[in-house]
Amino acid sequence: MSAIGPGDIAGMIGVPQYVEEGSFPVERGYVWTTCSSVENGNPLFWDDEVAAQVTGGPVAPPTMISVWFRPHHWAPGRAEAALPLQIHFDLKDGLDLPEAVMSDNTIVFHEPVRPGDRLTTSQVLRSVSEPKTTRLGRGRFWVIDVEYRNQRGELAAVESYTGFGYRRAGGAS
Amino acid sequence: MSTPVRPELLLGDVGVGDALPELAYPVTATTVVLGALAARDWRPMHHDKDFAVERNGTRDIFLNTPNQAAWFERFVTDWTGPFGRLRRMTFRMLGSVFPGDTMALRGTVTGTGVDRTGCGWAALDIVLAVGDETKTTCAAAVALPVTEDDNPWGRRGDRWTP
Repeated sequence: MSAIGPGDIAGMIGVPQYVEEGSFPVERGYVWTTCSSVENGNPLFWDDEVAAQVTGGPVAPPTMISVWFRPHHWAPGRAEAALPLQIHFDLKDGLDLPEAVMSDNTIVFHEPVRPGDRLTTSQVLRSVSEPKTTRLGRGRFWVIDVEYRNQRGELAAVESYTGFGYRRAGGAS
Repeated sequence: MSTPVRPELLLGDVGVGDALPELAYPVTATTVVLGALAARDWRPMHHDKDFAVERNGTRDIFLNTPNQAAWFERFVTDWTGPFGRLRRMTFRMLGSVFPGDTMALRGTVTGTGVDRTGCGWAALDIVLAVGDETKTTCAAAVALPVTEDDNPWGRRGDRWTP
């Protein structure tokens, strides 16, 4: 990605980029494998009668939201997939900041995800700070939202990541 | 005729400072690999010890982040029962969890309330620790029924503002 100037950042804020559809529908096999991996006995995921009464039918654990987008390890004739959080890497490269860290991430859960759903994700840059100096070095903070929507366009979840791209203190400018 | 399912925990049962029941779990290589594959995370540092040691500089393979999220979810809903509906979670990763570690999840209620749509909620501070060392922190908010007849899962659109 080429250099990003201050005017370019304004144009990137709030614009959905890297729209991608999950490579398979939400399915119960992965729900059970995930619940089994953490010994989660919540009857919502194991007892259809409870799911019918409480959630109007089967749902997937909310924290599985990103699972539905991890690509297969191999797929026939596949082109290179976009990296998760591609905007993070675009900013790092475009602003010429050699190092970057993610300080924290937040997931906000909206419409329940159900078996059979076809989910779509997109990445949205929310903000980029003015240059700041921290103990790591001098750089900029940015916030990137990853939005997940179902086949009806309803918001299922938003993950927000705070990144800090920087040049090490004392390093070559 | 099916038996009606009733909430196990209502908002009124919960107070600031309450502790959630602790969850202790001995992590094995199987825990790490099963969790990584369940999360479709095929990266070698979650199943290949030589790779983790030589390339990541860690002492072994380690739990991946999405699977830790699943552990936190289980910890919260073990306490709330099926009527508990997660609103949000904020994670901060501080260290890795390896086979041989016994991880302990501990949580405290930091706030409770009812939002403008009438949805009850509890805010939680949760720590995943190994011994004295905090590995991951999670600030979570979970919706809880306000009454026996309330169900946070029934909320949609403008009535769900997490």
